[in-house]
Amino acid sequence: MSESTNYTVEQVKSRIAEAFPTAVKFVKKEKPRRLFMTADKGSLFELCKLLKDQLGFEHCSLVCGVDRIDRFQCVYHISSIANKIVAEIVVDLPKDKPEIDSVTPLWEGANWHERETYDMFGFIFVGHPKLERILLPEDVTFFPLRKDFQVGGI
Amino acid sequence: MDLSMYPHALAMSAKEFIEWSTNVMDDLVRATGVKKALDKVSDPLMNWGVRNSMYPLHFGIACCALEMAACSGPRFDNERLGLVFRSSPRQCDVLLVNGWVTKKLRPGLRRLYEEMPEPKWVIAMGECAISGGPWYDSYNVVQGVDEFIPVDVYIPGCPPRPEALIDGFLKLHLKIKGQGIGKFMED
Repeated sequence: MSESTNYTVEQVKSRIAEAFPTAVKFVKKEKPRRLFMTADKGSLFELCKLLKDQLGFEHCSLVCGVDRIDRFQCVYHISSIANKIVAEIVVDLPKDKPEIDSVTPLWEGANWHERETYDMFGFIFVGHPKLERILLPEDVTFFPLRKDFQVGGI
Repeated sequence: MDLSMYPHALAMSAKEFIEWSTNVMDDLVRATGVKKALDKVSDPLMNWGVRNSMYPLHFGIACCALEMAACSGPRFDNERLGLVFRSSPRQCDVLLVNGWVTKKLRPGLRRLYEEMPEPKWVIAMGECAISGGPWYDSYNVVQGVDEFIPVDVYIPGCPPRPEALIDGFLKLHLKIKGQGIGKFMED
């Protein structure tokens, strides 16, 4: 949050498109003060860095996972209180190796969100300071929110 | 009482003297029937005291804790029955389990139970604490609190009303009445 100027959704969009011409795609979904995009998993950290350092997105509201059966998705909601914008970033992850860079170095608040996502979906957040179980006991071996998890089949 | 067990009766150590005098007192009290009379007085007295000062642990897990709070409010006022919610397990004699027990909470709850001094009782309140309730077959909820601590009174309901909670405590009164905890001299 070095700059004091406020940005509109269009300005944020153009700044991101300028920096990531291929890696970030905007989803055609119109809502006031919302910004929807998909990103490559390799460029996610750089995108978040741009959002935080130059565009004034100071708060990571949510990190969660989605199981699309053929692939995983990791969803980030990054909000800017100064700009009054919430940006949603969706990252596709392969089913066999769900690894993604952690955004905890940027926003400390993402720490527990990422641990919970690891707990429920088994995503590996590379660079996370303490990637352990948070809601389930330590000795649990399954990831309960995956679609292939059977209820009562423990 | 035979003094042949104490050949050095005139030169006893302090420990020996205490043991000997205790035996003398015990035998005397038994032989004269004072013990029976004492128990007759002490048992109802102590029982009455214990029954009317049951301190449950103030440990709310889930929505049944709201009923517990309503029960301690002015309308149902459980303090007229001597139920005072205490915050430390060392000052309690009733563990009121109200809500689902997750597998992560299980060792903590067991430890709370172990920290309570004897005599102690456990009340399982609500479906979740009795059998898992809506979380039947869940991967993270213990299927009934009686899997790992002994339960004395079950209060069914989802959640039970404050009247039901008070009724459960009155049922516990009946149980304590039959336990004879005031008989401090063993037969």
